[in-house]
Amino acid sequence: MERIPILRMGNFLLVTIQVDMHDRLALQLQDDLTQRIAEWGSTGVLIDISTLEIVDSFIGRMLANIAAMARVLDAETVVVGMQPAVAITLVELGMSLTGVRTALNVESGMELLYELRGAFRPESEDEISQA
Amino acid sequence: MSRLPEIIRRHEEEIRTNWLAQASAAVRRVDLMSDKEFQTQSRELLASIAEGAQSGDITHLDSAAWSHARELLTSMSASRAVQGFKPSETATFVLSLKQPLFIAIRKELSGSPDAMFDEIWNATLLLDKLSLITADAFLATREQLIVRQQQEMMELSTPVVKLWEGVLALPIIGTLDSARTQVIMESLLGAVVQTNSKVAIIDITGVPTVDTLVAQHLLKTITAARLMGAECIISGVRPQIAQTIVHLGIDLGQIITKAKLADAFALALQKSGRTVVRVSKPAASTPLAKPESPKGE
Repeated sequence: MERIPILRMGNFLLVTIQVDMHDRLALQLQDDLTQRIAEWGSTGVLIDISTLEIVDSFIGRMLANIAAMARVLDAETVVVGMQPAVAITLVELGMSLTGVRTALNVESGMELLYELRGAFRPESEDEISQA
Repeated sequence: MSRLPEIIRRHEEEIRTNWLAQASAAVRRVDLMSDKEFQTQSRELLASIAEGAQSGDITHLDSAAWSHARELLTSMSASRAVQGFKPSETATFVLSLKQPLFIAIRKELSGSPDAMFDEIWNATLLLDKLSLITADAFLATREQLIVRQQQEMMELSTPVVKLWEGVLALPIIGTLDSARTQVIMESLLGAVVQTNSKVAIIDITGVPTVDTLVAQHLLKTITAARLMGAECIISGVRPQIAQTIVHLGIDLGQIITKAKLADAFALALQKSGRTVVRVSKPAASTPLAKPESPKGE
């Protein structure tokens, strides 16, 4: 059975969705993700949807659900890399995904997670240390 | 059965000569159209009308027999609209065919006033319909022009500018309708991806009024930007607009609004961990010295 891989990066989980999401796959991901968070005690989840070209209301709601479930398990969720067309579609569908944090790409998503969780955070280049 | 087709056929040459004289006197515009072109147009048009009348049906101009005349009229008024003719001049060109036609009818039917009246009535109906087709085509051409200009204006009026690394500004000028919101949304989201920006400032100084619909469009744009990980700040809220927003009970939710673009820019810099400091005192004697903080937009 087809599954979306969940990668572990320290305290965080990284999910990159690279296939067309259908409803069963989405439910499976929801299942797996909650299990992993509980198992590994993860404090952050990063979902990369940059290759998704179609997001319907079901997938949209599932993203919101995953974020809510992760929050119950004390983990922050960041959805990254949404394409402009997808964003417009979701807005037209009336789904603003309130409660889901978003970032432009994986890099800034990770930064946001580190910020939220105050964990070790590698210095980024444009950060100038105050003398 | 109308005898009009037959009359037109028999007197075609004479009608054309009279018509040319009539039309020339009434609506000749030497500055816009050459004599030769004018005569060719008239000849072709009269021929196509005669051709349409051949079918014997002079009440239903949307039938196949009249298609040639229709096409000719449409293209003629379209080209005249572009050339700069007035609508009345274009319609008069067709209507000036009335007198020559009536003269021909009178010659043909001078013996029987009843038949003459009927034919004159038929001819009037026919020419009125033809002139209506002309007017429609003329307006359609003008409208196409307006629509095209609207589109051009829409594309021109939605620039997205980069203020700083990671900070975009979107000055909106003019009213926000749904078509424009779509264009704005697309260009903003595209720019967010391209420039890797985290903050976008939407400046509504140039938006004359903000009603519930405009606010809804703004909210849509902001939500879409948020879904892509960019935060939006609304700036350029004038006092009257602030009052309208509250009176209408529009809920802008968690969106940050600022009165001036400068304030919004300062906040955007602060959010990205930057600040603007003065490195030296402005020289008092230099007339070009800038104030410490920019006040205008």
